[in-house]
Amino acid sequence: MAEGARVYLSDRPRELAGPARAPAAPAARRGVGSTVLLLGLVSLLTDVSSESVSAVLPLYLTAVLGLSPLAYGFVDGLYQGVSALVRILGGWLSDRADRPKWVAFAGYALSAVTKALLLPANGLTAVTAVITLDRLGKGLRTAPRDAIIATATPPESRGRAFGVHRALDTTGAAVGPLLAFSILWLVPGDYRGVFVASLAAALLGLALLGLMVPDVRPRRTAVTAAGEGPAGDATATRPGDATATRPGNLTASRPDTTVATGPAGPVATRAPRPSWRTLAEPRFARVVAAAAVLGLLTISDGFLYLSLQQRDDFAERWFPLLFVGTNVAYLCLAVPCGRLADRVGRAKVMVGGHLLLLGAYLCAARPTGGFALTLACLLLLGAFYASTDGVLAALASTLVPQSIRASGIATAQTVVAVSRFGSSLLFGVLWSAWGRSPAVSIMAAGLLVGVTAAWLLLRNVEQPQRQGDAA
Amino acid sequence: MTASARQSTRLRLVALAIVAVLLLGASAAYLLVSRSEQQHVTQNAPGQSTVQLASVSTGPRIVFRNTAIGPNYGRVAMVRLGSPAGARAFTGSLCDRVFAASDRMLCLASDPGVVTAYTARTWQTSGGPARDLPLTGIPSRARLSADGRLAATTSFVAGDSYASTSFSTRTVVSELDKGVNLDLEKFRLVHRGKVIAPSDRNYWGVTFAGDDDGFFVTVMFHGTTWLGKGSLSSRTVRTLRSDAECPSLSPDGSKVAYKKRGNRRAGDWRLAVLDLATGKETQLTETHSVDDQVEWLDEGHILYGLPGQGTKVAETDVWALPVDGRGQPRLLIQKAWSPAVVR
Repeated sequence: MAEGARVYLSDRPRELAGPARAPAAPAARRGVGSTVLLLGLVSLLTDVSSESVSAVLPLYLTAVLGLSPLAYGFVDGLYQGVSALVRILGGWLSDRADRPKWVAFAGYALSAVTKALLLPANGLTAVTAVITLDRLGKGLRTAPRDAIIATATPPESRGRAFGVHRALDTTGAAVGPLLAFSILWLVPGDYRGVFVASLAAALLGLALLGLMVPDVRPRRTAVTAAGEGPAGDATATRPGDATATRPGNLTASRPDTTVATGPAGPVATRAPRPSWRTLAEPRFARVVAAAAVLGLLTISDGFLYLSLQQRDDFAERWFPLLFVGTNVAYLCLAVPCGRLADRVGRAKVMVGGHLLLLGAYLCAARPTGGFALTLACLLLLGAFYASTDGVLAALASTLVPQSIRASGIATAQTVVAVSRFGSSLLFGVLWSAWGRSPAVSIMAAGLLVGVTAAWLLLRNVEQPQRQGDAA
Repeated sequence: MTASARQSTRLRLVALAIVAVLLLGASAAYLLVSRSEQQHVTQNAPGQSTVQLASVSTGPRIVFRNTAIGPNYGRVAMVRLGSPAGARAFTGSLCDRVFAASDRMLCLASDPGVVTAYTARTWQTSGGPARDLPLTGIPSRARLSADGRLAATTSFVAGDSYASTSFSTRTVVSELDKGVNLDLEKFRLVHRGKVIAPSDRNYWGVTFAGDDDGFFVTVMFHGTTWLGKGSLSSRTVRTLRSDAECPSLSPDGSKVAYKKRGNRRAGDWRLAVLDLATGKETQLTETHSVDDQVEWLDEGHILYGLPGQGTKVAETDVWALPVDGRGQPRLLIQKAWSPAVVR
């Protein structure tokens, strides 16, 4: 790794050559930029790594370490909360240093290290610590990575770019368990073998990120591209985005190019510090408010699966496959949904995605189930993720100034995570009080109201941007 | 300059290729070595002194899961009750959790795969067909009544990183002679004199009384674990006292041993014994956290498993501990797990 990093640093001057040789992106190539594909592959490898461990962890903890399931439940519960808080920190660090790549790198590195730490860990405390670290890494890297994707993609095709990234990411999540169980089949009982392979996948992803992903500098780019204009207005800097983010090839790092041709030093120092106040921009605030309302009415899929499982034998017997079903639907639909979002508007697709979730609730609320209904529920759930997760990142990244893009994305994602946590508590109370089916029905009714509210909140939220696009 | 840019890309690609080859090579090498080592160990397992099954399987004995790394890892074995450290006899069954009573065996097993299969199987050692009982998750606890007429299994349902905020257990009691399986969550739950039905209730760790009707079990709801006393005939469980998990009734039915969390962190338990007549609870002297449903060796001692020392955590050991609250634990059976005493 050290060698790789040195190679990278030593060849900075080559970027001076950028303008001379920068090939205009071929008009015919309507695919996403190589940076997005590379980040997708990095996420794929990282998900292979973490999901292969997740898949065998319950068995490892109970069958090998002799821990009871209940202790395991405790380990599992820690996962979520940690991630949400660190996510904000990751976004802030990324904007502050204007180095999203290296903040993301730190996050990926942290998760890779935890795979190595799993090898000697042999007690609940050790495993808990390792898993918490892994989640910290995930929280740290998400926002800077999404900021790179946004910076490397022109605004009008960000929906598709995030779709491509999420599809690759989810593919990794599907491959991970297959890899893990193939290893256990090859060498029965060798959980360390799974951890070793997981570590290798994580390190490979890390190398790919460190060596191949360009070190984009969104804030610096925003300043140079917008000329004298304060970065605070960057919401409208369609030109800035375009300069920064034409899908480049592996080497052409346009942002640095721009800087290098101008007075790099002074410009860099003049770049305004990211300020939280810019996040109070009304249109962004509306998106955050809508995300909070919708998040509060989103039943965690864990609960939804338990609900399906309690209802019918099919879901109970094939419980582990429920996740696979959702993931397959998600990865197939991520790109189409992203493209649709680019065409008709991200806010519309995001709100519409919650109507699909409403459909999933209605399938789950039925007192009796069966194969078809369970399958429909999974498909709707996958389509919901495909039309909301990447789409929210695309929407948020377009509405906040480039200089605080990572913080903006992090804020939107954290609001979703926190409000969904609130929703879990709420749903738990409803389930306790009235039972499974009524609880789901109540959430469905709430979601219908929430979708209406979100639709009103987000009406025309993308309007100025779209006009700019047309001009 | 252009040439240097191209060269740099090439350098990075080469570096990436080297990293990829090294990582893939190293993991493949690790797996191959591990595989061949496993085969080597299997072929040259240290000669565990073994005896013929028939010489052990009829008298008083301790049945357990053998955890010595080697060809018999996970295999059900037994030793004479009189010489627990002596030669062990192996059966053909591979189980994660095993219990035995009278002439009946109960074996919970998992077969890892993309869809991991779990089985709960019971049979009579005197012959007759084996029967499968419902089991929907990772095996956790197995118990039989002393006469072998009743069986109880607890499994851990879900257990995937996606279901992040919730876990649950499924406990099933089977009346083997009637072929009836009872889901404890459908039993009436009486708490402080009132019938309640908290939807987050979970049951685990059944132990049977001698009358083939009464039983003790852990029930958890609203974040608290309770020792529950149940009756199969009236389909009822009543809570008795809080913070008592995985109960185990002594052979004469006068005491219950269980694990307690106290105010320690989650997943850190100590053992205690409750005298049912006086209600007096005695803390035992084991200083390690015990995550097991204990078994009674005799009226004065309990058995439980602990992880092996150092890196060999998978090689668990079975320890014996006096229930007077003063005596110290002693190692009873090395490399064993899930003991069941057949008297």
